[in-house]
Amino acid sequence: MAGSIPASLTTRNRGTQVPPSPPPGEAAAPLRAGLSPWAEAWRRFKRHRLALVGAALLAFMALAVLLGPWLWNVPINAIDFAAKLKGPSLAHPLGTDDLGQDLLARMLYGGRISLAVGVASMLIAILVGVVIGAVAGISRGWVDAALMWVTDLFLSLPQLPLLLLIIYLFRDSMKKLVGPELGIFLIIVAVIGAFRWMPAARLVRAQFLSLREKEFVEAARALGASPTRQVVRHILPNALGPVIVAATIDVAAAIIFESTLSFLGMGFPPDIPSWGRQLYDAKDYLDVAPHWALIPGGAIFLTVLSISYMGDGLRDALDPRRVI
Amino acid sequence: MWRYFLRKLAIAVPSVIGISILLFTVLALAPGDPFEELAANPNVPPEIRANLRAQFGLDDPVVTRYLRWSGSMLRGDWGFSFSSRVDVDTLILQRLPVTLVVIGASQLLALLVALPVGVYAATRPYSIFDQIASTIAFAGYALPTFFTGLLLILLFSIHLDWLPFVYRADIPGSGWPWIWAHIKQSIMPVLVLGLFQGAAWTRYVRSSVLDVIRLDYVTTARSKGLAERVVVVKHVVRNALIPVVTLVALQMPAVFGGAIVTEQIFRVPGIGSLLISAILANDTPVIMAVTFVLSILVILCNLIADILYGWLDPRIAYH
Repeated sequence: MAGSIPASLTTRNRGTQVPPSPPPGEAAAPLRAGLSPWAEAWRRFKRHRLALVGAALLAFMALAVLLGPWLWNVPINAIDFAAKLKGPSLAHPLGTDDLGQDLLARMLYGGRISLAVGVASMLIAILVGVVIGAVAGISRGWVDAALMWVTDLFLSLPQLPLLLLIIYLFRDSMKKLVGPELGIFLIIVAVIGAFRWMPAARLVRAQFLSLREKEFVEAARALGASPTRQVVRHILPNALGPVIVAATIDVAAAIIFESTLSFLGMGFPPDIPSWGRQLYDAKDYLDVAPHWALIPGGAIFLTVLSISYMGDGLRDALDPRRVI
Repeated sequence: MWRYFLRKLAIAVPSVIGISILLFTVLALAPGDPFEELAANPNVPPEIRANLRAQFGLDDPVVTRYLRWSGSMLRGDWGFSFSSRVDVDTLILQRLPVTLVVIGASQLLALLVALPVGVYAATRPYSIFDQIASTIAFAGYALPTFFTGLLLILLFSIHLDWLPFVYRADIPGSGWPWIWAHIKQSIMPVLVLGLFQGAAWTRYVRSSVLDVIRLDYVTTARSKGLAERVVVVKHVVRNALIPVVTLVALQMPAVFGGAIVTEQIFRVPGIGSLLISAILANDTPVIMAVTFVLSILVILCNLIADILYGWLDPRIAYH
């Protein structure tokens, strides 16, 4: 099991990971004989016990929300007033809500939404961040200055009020355009992505500033590589480590953002029970049915905690200069 | 120091303008129109609608509209709330003090937790205390404010019945019981916000102190025979705080976001809950003004951070 995933990645990345001259960082901490960079990273990642636990927990949750609805095929909207606000039982392993709907089915469905929002927002944030950071890092002068001014401006924006404002203004027209579910999903993902790209942009720019002066990039330049080729083949692959760590953290941040929006009643509608939405519905029944709030809240907490520990482990694993 | 302050102020002004442009662009791009309701009403003849539009300048080019809007914002004419029939600025001034008190108290709590815990943990790295503190800080950071709020309500209001979970601005009475009632109802909102910040800050302080404590000048201070307490407090902490101030300033948007959530959970009558109720009531002038005020507060906090920065590290101010 140990080598299966990294091995498939290495064959694909060997070409980019070993450029004309090896990146100096990896030369400083010599690789073990016969280990590719990805296998080396995996070896380091395994030593961070909590990161491993986090990764396993996250994999379990991803599998559960992907396959769970097939194994536990109770509809998420079957109303049964006879069983409303009940605690865990055999018929409803996680209990029921105020309409007697099965919480396990709703948790599994909501998990899909929450995780999908997390991953999709992260992809947008990282894509925007890498492009802006790369452009700022490779070009000098006013382009760099202007892009960094915009980055700093976005960093000092109050994100939650602006998210609320944008969702408030555009919600209805998006619903009309692509339907209620997809509309609200797209707007939430786009808006979270649009307000989370700054850390990645700063990281990538900082990496570019140091990498573009390195000998192996200079060698590529001397061989006549165009700026695009220098960036895509030589600089970017070497700047990816911190970006992967930032991406992990971004998934957690996006999940929290989505839950916050839903908790404020500005996210998904009640028929799409994302974890935050369930908390919003449950908060008025805290005294009679605390399990209803504790389960989705606990799920958000565990997911975010696992992702944070995984990010911590990846930080150690992907920094070749760090000796562990 | 003064020139440094003025330079920072000069940087803050374009940020305010940038944010106002961004806000106005969002509003201008948004579909819908303040006169939609009139347009749908068959009793309003089209000429009157056109006259009204001309009177409010709704058909002018975007730049003119932006200049007029920002001009009236500058003059303090922030418009009129649709739903509560009050001027927006009076509404905000009514609500702002509560928010500032809650945020201020929680930042103080965060500082009181993070500074001692972070420094103590960093001076004994990988000890049992450090491991427990780091784990709690990690967990605290992963607990979203809305969930901690609900957990506290569950524990202190429902199980133990010690604290009220609805914040009341109009508590009757006076004297000590009145003050005690106010403190009692503020405990949970301040705890939620303060502990969330405290968890993040503890991590920053710890890693920053760890970076500084191994430097040569600290060894020098020790070998001079200074007491360990003096070394840590006077030599280590001051320098370790410099990066912490940056990180804290970067966290300010999250603090205001957390304040909105906290005010919503405990029904604290601050500007955060004003924003949510305005959104639910489609009260656009209030929404725009509250967002703008929150943006300015964030920029103000960044300015304060810059000044602290210059005080902690005089080299920065003289550059």
